Amino acid sequence: MNGKIRSFFAKPVVKPLAALLLMAVAMTFLSDKFATADNIFNVLRQVSVNLCISVGMTMVILTGGIDLSVGSILALSGAVAAGLTRNGLAVGGVFVGFTFWGGILAALLTGAILGAFNGLMVTRFKVPPFVATLGMMTIARGLTMLYTGGFPITGLSNAFRFLGTGWFLGVPMPVWVAAVIILFFAFYMKKTPTGRYIYAIGGNQRASLLSGIRVDRIILLVYTLAGVLSAVAGLLVTARLDSAQPNAGAGYELDAIAAVVIGGTSLSGGRGSIAGTVVGALIIGILNNGLVLLDVSPFWQQVIKGFVILGAVIIDKFSSKNQY
Amino acid sequence: MTDERILLEARNIRKRFPGTLALDGVDFRVFAGKVHAVAGENGAGKSTLMNIISGTCTDFEGSLTVNARGVAMIHQELNLVPWMSVAENIFLGREPRTRAGLVDTKRMEREAGSILEGLGSTIDSRSPVHSLRVGEQQIVEIAKALSMQAEVLIMDEPTSSLSEKETEVLFGVVRDLASKGTGIVYITHKMAEISALADHVTILRDGRLIKEVPLKETSIDEIIRCMVGRDSAGFTHGGDRTPGETVLQVEGLSLQDPAGSGRARLSGIGFEVRAGEILGIYGLMGAGRTELLEAIFGCYPGKVSGKILLRGRPLDNSSTHSAVRQGLALLPEDRKLAGLVLGMDIRENVTLAALRSFASHGIVKEGREKDKAGEYRERLGIKSSSLRQEARELSGGNQQKVVLAKWLLTDPSVILLDEPTRGIDINAKNEIYRLLDELAREGKALVVVSSELPEIMAVCDRIITLRDGRPGGSFLREDFREESILKAALPEN
Repeated sequence: MNGKIRSFFAKPVVKPLAALLLMAVAMTFLSDKFATADNIFNVLRQVSVNLCISVGMTMVILTGGIDLSVGSILALSGAVAAGLTRNGLAVGGVFVGFTFWGGILAALLTGAILGAFNGLMVTRFKVPPFVATLGMMTIARGLTMLYTGGFPITGLSNAFRFLGTGWFLGVPMPVWVAAVIILFFAFYMKKTPTGRYIYAIGGNQRASLLSGIRVDRIILLVYTLAGVLSAVAGLLVTARLDSAQPNAGAGYELDAIAAVVIGGTSLSGGRGSIAGTVVGALIIGILNNGLVLLDVSPFWQQVIKGFVILGAVIIDKFSSKNQY
Repeated sequence: MTDERILLEARNIRKRFPGTLALDGVDFRVFAGKVHAVAGENGAGKSTLMNIISGTCTDFEGSLTVNARGVAMIHQELNLVPWMSVAENIFLGREPRTRAGLVDTKRMEREAGSILEGLGSTIDSRSPVHSLRVGEQQIVEIAKALSMQAEVLIMDEPTSSLSEKETEVLFGVVRDLASKGTGIVYITHKMAEISALADHVTILRDGRLIKEVPLKETSIDEIIRCMVGRDSAGFTHGGDRTPGETVLQVEGLSLQDPAGSGRARLSGIGFEVRAGEILGIYGLMGAGRTELLEAIFGCYPGKVSGKILLRGRPLDNSSTHSAVRQGLALLPEDRKLAGLVLGMDIRENVTLAALRSFASHGIVKEGREKDKAGEYRERLGIKSSSLRQEARELSGGNQQKVVLAKWLLTDPSVILLDEPTRGIDINAKNEIYRLLDELAREGKALVVVSSELPEIMAVCDRIITLRDGRPGGSFLREDFREESILKAALPEN
């Protein structure tokens, strides 16, 4: 029993979790608006977009990679869904209309294709992930501009708006989406062979290859999933704003990386968890929300967020028993 | 008679590494104007001794007296910055300055040029190093050493990647330097080079000085005799195993240089292994032993040619994945870099290669995993606090057993083992030997690469040797003699 308690506290997710609880308690005392149902759901809804992206980012970072293109993929997928459901597609004089579900599918497919492109760059062409996804960040943003002509696509269907602003069983829809994704991938990473391989590849790619693991295939899969999850985030953003903005998602990659890092996942790969990332994203969410409630200037908010990221990494480095 | 000035004298040098005594009371002297050849098998202590006399390693017992202005060492892997010019490399960190404190490029290139000229070389000191051939780069390294006023020059297998002509040039430079009073220490495996260059020969074995003798008073045969005869770990061969049918058959295997030089790293290699048999592959460092195992195991898709048959059928070695699926296993040379995921625990490492067999409906059954991992921990005698202990915390011997357990779980028919006992203590070694014997008795075909003659002779039923990526000799157990095996592994010329 004692051992069980000790091993629970040795888990890397415990420190960020403690920080999260501390922040929540402190905020409750500092502002009477914080611990209201309205505000809590507000925070959760804001965080849900970052959560979707961060889950994909966690898997990428666990393999020892990085994905800078998530924000741009989000924008293009959102634009594709909005554009197709609103305007349809004219191919060689033939007009194809898209239903709500058709639009969703097209957006997810867009994310998958762009993510797979990242994966191919990394595996087949040996482009370092930072550079490969930096390229895609620009490519996808450019494609978004081309597709939208630089203007927002507005006026979406009711079904679409429900996805962003609706409630189901007393919980906002985006929160449901994020929750399902988190539960699925937390299970996937812990319980399936592929999940284990993702950890193994990040821990030691060569040993994984020499154990007969199809390393390239798994890495390709991980970048593809990151693309799909960015597309999901793109749908949420578009649905919430009732429009697809050409510059949507700019800078979101940084929030996602911050959530992953604060959550205790090692940037060199092999170590970390989806649970940690969820806590990390919530910390960022509460920080954003709390600083607004406390009337801290937006400029100071950025400075404070930066120090939180640095602090989290430093605490993790110095208290972890596995320094190398 | 040239002067017999002693430039450097090391006495009673002792150096301990965790688990081994790398040097045990070695004396070594370098005379001005002499070429000292140092010979010995891999692991005899040559590199350690060189690191000590060159001042790289300062933590040792014994005394070291240096009467030379400088001691420089030229490593086998050259230490040049490829995108910098020859002159910049020679004066790296010691660049001549103008009065304004800027780098005096003109003076640097002039001085570099005159040093190169003194070596009889026509290399342009302004050309970038990456545009030079390896032999020329070696000359640049020598020029760098001379620019530091080095009177003792240590060269570690300098000809290993040189053409015949470049070797001739290098020999000329070495003889010339010696005649001007530089003391040369020359490490080599090539007996022909010893006869061509050396004044003195020093032979090390198991960290001990076996012989130090003027070349005139010895012979190549005697040198080889001194190199062999290492202590065996005490394990004796199982002997009574009876091999079954042929499992793995390799014919005319060639491997293009994975680095892309276009040359063949391996060529014309052939052997076969039967069930219940242990085949040994012996060769010196760089002979291509590791590459041979990796080529069979699917690490170099598209670069391997020749025939590889598994139970008479062509082996698909287009990826490590397919190799594993067909029943191959590879225990790599560096278990930390290539064998284990150090941050994962014993259970996760042990089940990594056979993980799919622990899954039902796509979900890994941790209970079954724990049972199996526990069973193999018991069977192989892996000492650990629990299955949750991380691989990085285990001793070398236990780490190796974890890698072995990982492969046993895939139930392979061929196990390729690359230096299976490197860096592990004597008891663990004997346990590994016993396990190999056991596995052979179960009918597995084993291929063991080792650079330790006593080990390979004790463990294996047959031995083939590699030299410079080409087949050397082939020996049956009754013909095992250290000298003949070593001879068949030493490079020709």
